[in-house]
Amino acid sequence: MSGKLDLDPRVVRAARRLAARAGRPVVDLARSHTTVSVERAVLRLAGVQGADQDGIPWVNRLVDAVRADVGLGHGVAVPVFHAMRSTGLDDITELAQKAAAGAVRFDVPERKAEAAAARRSAKKATGHGLKIVDRRRAERDRLITRYGDPRQRPWIYLIVATGDIFEDIPQAQAAARAGADVIAVIRSTGQSLLDYVPEGATREGFAGTYATQENFRLMRAALDETSKELGRYVRLTNYASGLCMPEIAALAGMERLDMMLNDSMYGILFRDINPIRTFVDQRFSRQVHARAGIVINTGEDNYLTTADAVEAAHTVTVSQLLNEYFAHEAGLENWQLGLGHAFEINPDLPESFRLELAHALLARELFPDAPLKWMPPTKHMTGDVFRGNLLDGFFNLAGALTGQSILLVGMMTEAVVTPWLSDRDVALQNVRYVLAGAGNLHEDFVPAPGGFIQQRAHSVLGEAVQLLEKIVDDSLLTAIAEGTFGIMKRPADRGKGLDGVARHDEDYYNPVTEALEP
Amino acid sequence: MSIVRPYGDTTGDGMVQLSFTLPVPHDKRAEGAAIQLANKMGMDPAMLVHAKQMGDGFTFFVVYGRVHHLVDTDQVQVVERDFPLLSAKEVNATIKRRLRRRLSVVGACIGTDAHTVGIDAILNLKGIAGEKGLEYYSELSVTNMGAQVSVPELVETARARKADAVLVSQVVTQRDAHLQNTRAMTAAFREALPAGKRPLLIVGGPRFDELMAGELGVDRIFGRGTTPREVASYLVHALVGSEK
Repeated sequence: MSGKLDLDPRVVRAARRLAARAGRPVVDLARSHTTVSVERAVLRLAGVQGADQDGIPWVNRLVDAVRADVGLGHGVAVPVFHAMRSTGLDDITELAQKAAAGAVRFDVPERKAEAAAARRSAKKATGHGLKIVDRRRAERDRLITRYGDPRQRPWIYLIVATGDIFEDIPQAQAAARAGADVIAVIRSTGQSLLDYVPEGATREGFAGTYATQENFRLMRAALDETSKELGRYVRLTNYASGLCMPEIAALAGMERLDMMLNDSMYGILFRDINPIRTFVDQRFSRQVHARAGIVINTGEDNYLTTADAVEAAHTVTVSQLLNEYFAHEAGLENWQLGLGHAFEINPDLPESFRLELAHALLARELFPDAPLKWMPPTKHMTGDVFRGNLLDGFFNLAGALTGQSILLVGMMTEAVVTPWLSDRDVALQNVRYVLAGAGNLHEDFVPAPGGFIQQRAHSVLGEAVQLLEKIVDDSLLTAIAEGTFGIMKRPADRGKGLDGVARHDEDYYNPVTEALEP
Repeated sequence: MSIVRPYGDTTGDGMVQLSFTLPVPHDKRAEGAAIQLANKMGMDPAMLVHAKQMGDGFTFFVVYGRVHHLVDTDQVQVVERDFPLLSAKEVNATIKRRLRRRLSVVGACIGTDAHTVGIDAILNLKGIAGEKGLEYYSELSVTNMGAQVSVPELVETARARKADAVLVSQVVTQRDAHLQNTRAMTAAFREALPAGKRPLLIVGGPRFDELMAGELGVDRIFGRGTTPREVASYLVHALVGSEK
């Protein structure tokens, strides 16, 4: 692959090797630890449903009960299914309810036969959950065959965020009719730090709508109707991030969501979630996404909102390489890697657009088979909506010129209001104009050999390799602790959710990871 | 001249532009309705220059027109900067000389607001718009608690760090969350600490009205476009006193 940037394949290979070396210790950490949310995801796949009258899900109550009796280090599967056998119950949700009332005592069976029997039952129950995920994936494939994919690239990605799922639905359907190929329902601010997944259809959220299984189901059903109406499969996106990402990944798989925001480091850097908690939850959620045929969207765009987009360009490349490594390791294939990057260079900087093209093309050439997600300007959207609309036009043009795969539609009212109906319409008009007028311009766009764009791309890649070398030497956890990404300093022994992490005991058993290990 | 009118291309022409959506399909009646709205808003004459239907039942309009209102700039009430703007060097020197210890600042986004962009712009070393954040000031000791900090946590940290000033950022304004959160915060500080011991309470965010400080119980509100240097200068002014 010489490509348009004439990247040295040896440098590219070296970068990938370094990313793997930097990531490996973190994978080992993830393989030797579990978290409350991983265990709750196991129970969700095993069929535990619903919540108590305070809205605390039964999976939380059950994991807490098991943990109080025997700790987390064995995994909850064996103690729970051993208790099912010894209590004679056949409904696992009922067991959770009894456990919450203090009527069940959990233990790890000492006799090998009993432990083996508990493992068998756990495997059977979670296998049922995974079968639902498999059926949903097959269903998606069928619907795509029936209705078809979007006719153009990039796919047009639009956000809805009213806080009320019943307002979101008509807005999402209207957005799809107006041309959106992918609908993302933004989550309520604050959900990432809830250590449980809310239940049921929700009508109140702040700057977004809660991710719940029922909300997923309602929105997917509505978009299925719209897909049929439009003769094009409209994809649905949500967020597998925050303290509950493993559970949300499982729910997304069971409700046929199509894409999930899922970044290896976002929670650490931007939500101050403990690094170990994040990496353990990450690996599990990616394994589930791999099985569910879900495309993940990584969050490199966020680094550029806090750090300078020129100075920090190489940290985006490093993070993309790490996200790729972690994704492959968890079983995701290239077509599932919606690696992120963004148009966030200060427009007052001379040559800002050429720099954007260099960065965007670098991502394209480094990851030729990945459905790259191209994120619009936010940091330099000032409230001057006229300038903002122009900036979004250049963003769209950069997307077309560099062959981006998923284009998140920029709003001229970014930083002013949550998008109005008319903002979305103006924004889509902008996208349509650029794609209709210049959608195939990438065929003609070949940067001059040795010119500004090639040189810039080479220097960013070079800086990325240097940074990866440093990360390999110091370890990724140290790099994160020292504020290498997005300038946030996040030590491994701090951050939210650390108390929900446990090291595996020797007899740790998790029927889901067993089934999902590549 | 304190009396002014909007300016299109001639002094005193009073021309303004306006865009909005009405929940009706696009037809002649819809255009008439748009002009009626513009008239009621004081635009006369109003020229409808663009109308476009969106989806089934909505139309977007752009209207240009003349307003006859006069604006008296002498009657405008704003919070003018009432403290001198200092350089980082001056901030550090003043604190060193007059306070003889580092000035402790605790910052956070409170409530469910997860948007740290504001507090980070002011506090992080990186700063904003080419200006370094408060972490850069050697005489400021900065604790950035990040997002979704509870009010009790904030009060506790402020106490533990012997905060001279507490900076709270609020971006999300749905259902007036920023106002409610700020009131809850100031009430908690009033309850926890006697007047003389209370840190300086400052809130910032793009949608605050800078005139509401008294009503919200804070010492100062900083609005859109505030830079770290302004905040640092204010801290020196309010806590250390000026050099003069």
